[in-house]
Amino acid sequence: MKFHALLRYATPAHAYTLAGRLLPWLFALGLLLTAAGLYVGFGLAPTDHQQGESYRIIYLHVPAAWLSMVIYLAMALWAVLGWVLNTRLSSMMARALAPTGALFTFLALWTGALWGKPTWGTWWVWDARLTSELILLFLYIGFLALQDAFEDPRQGDRAAAVLALVGVVNVPIIYLSVQWWSTLHQGASISVSSGSSIAAPMLLGLLLCALGLWLHAGAITLLRLRSIIIEREQARQARWLERLRPQRPKGPQGPQEART
Amino acid sequence: MRSVFLAVLHRELLLGWRRRSDLFTLAFFFVMVVSLFPLALGPDAAQLRAMAPGVLWVAALLSVTLSLGRLFANDHADGTLEQLMLSPEPLSWLVLAKILAHWLHAGLPLVLLTPLLALQFGLPGDAIGVLVLSLLIGTPVLSLLGAVAAALALGTRGGGVLVAVLVLPLYVPVLIFGAGAVGAHGSGLGAGPHLKMLAGVLALSSVLAPWASAAALRVVAE
Amino acid sequence: MNWSSWTDFVHMGGHAPYVWGAVGVSLLALFWEWAHVYWRQRAALQALGDEA
Repeated sequence: MKFHALLRYATPAHAYTLAGRLLPWLFALGLLLTAAGLYVGFGLAPTDHQQGESYRIIYLHVPAAWLSMVIYLAMALWAVLGWVLNTRLSSMMARALAPTGALFTFLALWTGALWGKPTWGTWWVWDARLTSELILLFLYIGFLALQDAFEDPRQGDRAAAVLALVGVVNVPIIYLSVQWWSTLHQGASISVSSGSSIAAPMLLGLLLCALGLWLHAGAITLLRLRSIIIEREQARQARWLERLRPQRPKGPQGPQEART
Repeated sequence: MRSVFLAVLHRELLLGWRRRSDLFTLAFFFVMVVSLFPLALGPDAAQLRAMAPGVLWVAALLSVTLSLGRLFANDHADGTLEQLMLSPEPLSWLVLAKILAHWLHAGLPLVLLTPLLALQFGLPGDAIGVLVLSLLIGTPVLSLLGAVAAALALGTRGGGVLVAVLVLPLYVPVLIFGAGAVGAHGSGLGAGPHLKMLAGVLALSSVLAPWASAAALRVVAE
Repeated sequence: MNWSSWTDFVHMGGHAPYVWGAVGVSLLALFWEWAHVYWRQRAALQALGDEA
């Protein structure tokens, strides 16, 4: 009984409404948690002995990096579901996730560079994590490029799903190879969690920021999903879109204004 | 099933032979790219020796990437691909035949040219041996992974650049293990682990890539 | 509170450009993303209305 009720939301029409109802809450909660996390991280957490104040960038950098990876997995999952089960909405969800994932990857790299300069004296280092993250960005760009290269959006969905699947299989291999390469060539040793056990306020700030940004990413994804739903359903001339049309004022023109 | 595989392979080799100029163009490109590096970075012998494995590997990578456009495009244009896909034989098996032919045309020649070019960089004999071995194991992987990207880009306007964008991230492990093998050999650590990892990647991709390419072809060309 | 004064907070132990640069880039990126997606949604609804 309950499952049937939930299955409604597998249709674009109902998903549109559900997304619309969820996203203000996700946004508000995300904003709140991120603000709290930043307050704890920037305001309450103590200074790091080795790195000084520059370590505080991790409250943005680490959640961004985590999200970049989680979103890639989610995106690949939705894409493959859309391909295997032939559901339009699943593929639309993958399309909605991709740009956000790419943006967080870019942010992870950028904030990482800003953290690297004061801490290790250089904007960029070819260590395992940074290099793997860079390649993840390339994988996102490939996904986005391939989707849009097809005339038929459903074909684009399926092709991108194959690519995402190949990418997911490859990501561990890429990470393994880069880590191996990095440990053989590495001069300065670089570690995200600075060796020693992480202090409680730092951990709290990190988790709050991670959760907050995750909810925020969810909100943005749902908003983008709504746009994608409208665009795709309009191309199919779906009838449920009628109720979304902005109401036209009924003036003296009336029924004489014929539509072709 | 084997006869169909051989038939496809035979056809590919025959077509390749008729278009042998493509082979020379590719070889020429490889040599040109390799030559660009000393021209850009200077003729210092020690530096050239150090960068030789990387240069040769990157040049091989770029050459193979360039040649991927032809893997499926011609057959797609003249309807042969459609016929192959209608065959009762598993498509991944037929794709494997095409990939093998591609490697014979685009990968193996590079492997054979490498010793000459490596001598130009002053690489010692044993290092050349490791380099050739790494390319021998690695270039089939480039063809295998490249086939997936070539299949995906088949129905698109993107062309060769799109194939490159799709495939280059996937090539990174191959590049690292391949070029790294020579470096490890040079520094006394031994090329064994790198070459074994490369062989592992070859084994994995020889099973997965034909399947993924076939799936991509079904998505794109139907 | 970790900080004794606002000046200390802004100063960030001398790493102010990096820390606030990172915060700035993040805020800018997130804001840009929101603006872009919002504009896209507006355009989609507009296109629906225009079709009528």
